[in-house]
Amino acid sequence: MGAYLVRRTVLFFVTVLGVSILIFGLMRIVPGNIADILFESSGFIDQVQKAKIEAELGLDKPLLQQYLSWIGGLAKGDFGFSYMSERPATAEILARLPVTLKLGGLTLFFTVLFGIPLGVWSAVKQNGFVDNTLRVVTLSALSLPSFWCGLLVLMFAVHVFGTIPIYSNEPRGVWQELALLSIPALVVGFRSSALIVRLTRSSMLEVMRQDYIRTARAKGASESSINYHHALKNAILPIITLLGIEASHLLGGLVVIETVFNIPGLGRYLVEAIRWRDYPIVQNLVLFSAFAVVITNFIVDMLYAVIDPRIKYSD
Amino acid sequence: MSPPPSESAASTIGGHSESGPAANVSFDAELARAGANVNSRWGMALFLAKRYPLGGVGLAIVTLFILVAVFAPLITGHDPLATNPSISLAKPAAAHLMGTDFMGRDLFSRVIYGARTSLAVAFGATLLGVVFGVLIGLASGYLGGWVDLTTQRVIDMLQALPTLILAMAMAAALGPSLTNTIIAIAIPKLPSIARVIRASTLSLREMPFVEAARAMGMSEMRIALRHILPNTLAPLIVLATAGLGSAILVEASLSFLGLGVPEPHPSWGRMLSESAAEYVRTAPWLVIFPGLAITFAVFGTNLLGDALRDILDPRQRTSN
Repeated sequence: MGAYLVRRTVLFFVTVLGVSILIFGLMRIVPGNIADILFESSGFIDQVQKAKIEAELGLDKPLLQQYLSWIGGLAKGDFGFSYMSERPATAEILARLPVTLKLGGLTLFFTVLFGIPLGVWSAVKQNGFVDNTLRVVTLSALSLPSFWCGLLVLMFAVHVFGTIPIYSNEPRGVWQELALLSIPALVVGFRSSALIVRLTRSSMLEVMRQDYIRTARAKGASESSINYHHALKNAILPIITLLGIEASHLLGGLVVIETVFNIPGLGRYLVEAIRWRDYPIVQNLVLFSAFAVVITNFIVDMLYAVIDPRIKYSD
Repeated sequence: MSPPPSESAASTIGGHSESGPAANVSFDAELARAGANVNSRWGMALFLAKRYPLGGVGLAIVTLFILVAVFAPLITGHDPLATNPSISLAKPAAAHLMGTDFMGRDLFSRVIYGARTSLAVAFGATLLGVVFGVLIGLASGYLGGWVDLTTQRVIDMLQALPTLILAMAMAAALGPSLTNTIIAIAIPKLPSIARVIRASTLSLREMPFVEAARAMGMSEMRIALRHILPNTLAPLIVLATAGLGSAILVEASLSFLGLGVPEPHPSWGRMLSESAAEYVRTAPWLVIFPGLAITFAVFGTNLLGDALRDILDPRQRTSN
């Protein structure tokens, strides 16, 4: 176990370091930096001013030095300054983190709430009406672009209520805010619950054919106890894997939905930052996202060992 | 060709791990047992269509999608790029079946021509992803050693980023163009394809028929391409088809965010970004039709992908 943890930690740093180089490199290939964009909008280029801005932001230094100063800063807890607002990147990111976390949390909540029970139901009624309906519904959910689904919801709101729900950072009651955020969360969650329904179904079907299920039925266990207690418990591992992937990749889905609903979160911020070539913001956000993925993967692997005692990590 | 190895699907944890080749089964034998006429190609196609009606629907939708893209100029008389400010935001009517956008362009022909963009990106990105994913996976699995170690780390890195975020960063870095959008969407596809091919290769490498080929003096390159690669085709086809739908979705999302296919190519995703929030109130047709096109196309490829998986990869059957 000790050796395994050491190996995982080393791999963790290799991956995160690799991502940092990748995103740093990608952002430097992007044609034009923030100085170019600023002058583009004003219509003429003042070379002296441009050089001054670049020097101020450190964009005139060699790439290696720029990279090292970014990573060096990170090690000291300094995330740099946003080019757009000239405020510390940490402050900018932290200001937008809560709403994204709430949105992500709600999305996962809905994913589990709908995904697992519907998946079990589908498996129990295999090839029946419920199963076939769910198959079409889940397949449609996987085909529906979430931003379009969001636009349709907005359209519905306009036609029924005559107004579009406004998302902003102004203080609200907890319940009011949750209610407001659950609309976009349901839109994103629709897709991920469809994935969970499908996986739960196939995983359950595999387990339900095994002998111990017949034994449970023979000894007189109730159907719901068989489904949820005996079968689901053994079918849950792949579901947890998928949930982990969905959780860590949530930011990808939130980018789009935050743009549609105009929610001031990290996803929309990333799109803006890419558009403005705000290197510190893009780099830190992408690195943060990679961090979340790697950590979640690790947690999922550890959960395996907790849930299934047959799994042991050695070597 | 040597018979495909039949390997037991007994995996202790659910059998959903991505490793291992699809349980290879002799399709002909299995189909014959199920009552198909395996001697005629049409007999088999008919049998499969009956057995997997949803897959048939999917195939029909994908075919329709391709036909629309190819014959776009014959379907619509309007130029998708011609602007006409005097009929800006016209409602759907006989002259303009789906109405017009704010520049007075005919939405119906834009949606029809949009199939070309979508198709080019979906097939281009899938092809690119498959070709490079296969090469990387084969090299990694077959050569082993430091090649394997390095590629595995790079794959870890690529997998540590959500698909859309990686595609966004790639698209921004490469700059807006049709080709660059294809590349940006293909790159996030590499890890899963390379992983599956690598896993298949690792187990196939130890098979007696590979040893036999080597004993006969075949070159390693030839063994990898002629003997290993064909045996990984089933999972590859499944992955590639499933990837088509996601490529269409990612392209739409990128274009929606303004990082995808640039003008003048009509793109369904960009039509929605142009028409976003404000047109939700004033011109709902601009929101409804492009979105329907995306959903329909993805739905078709998903149906087809599901059926192909059921047919080719019995271990992951959804309809047991």
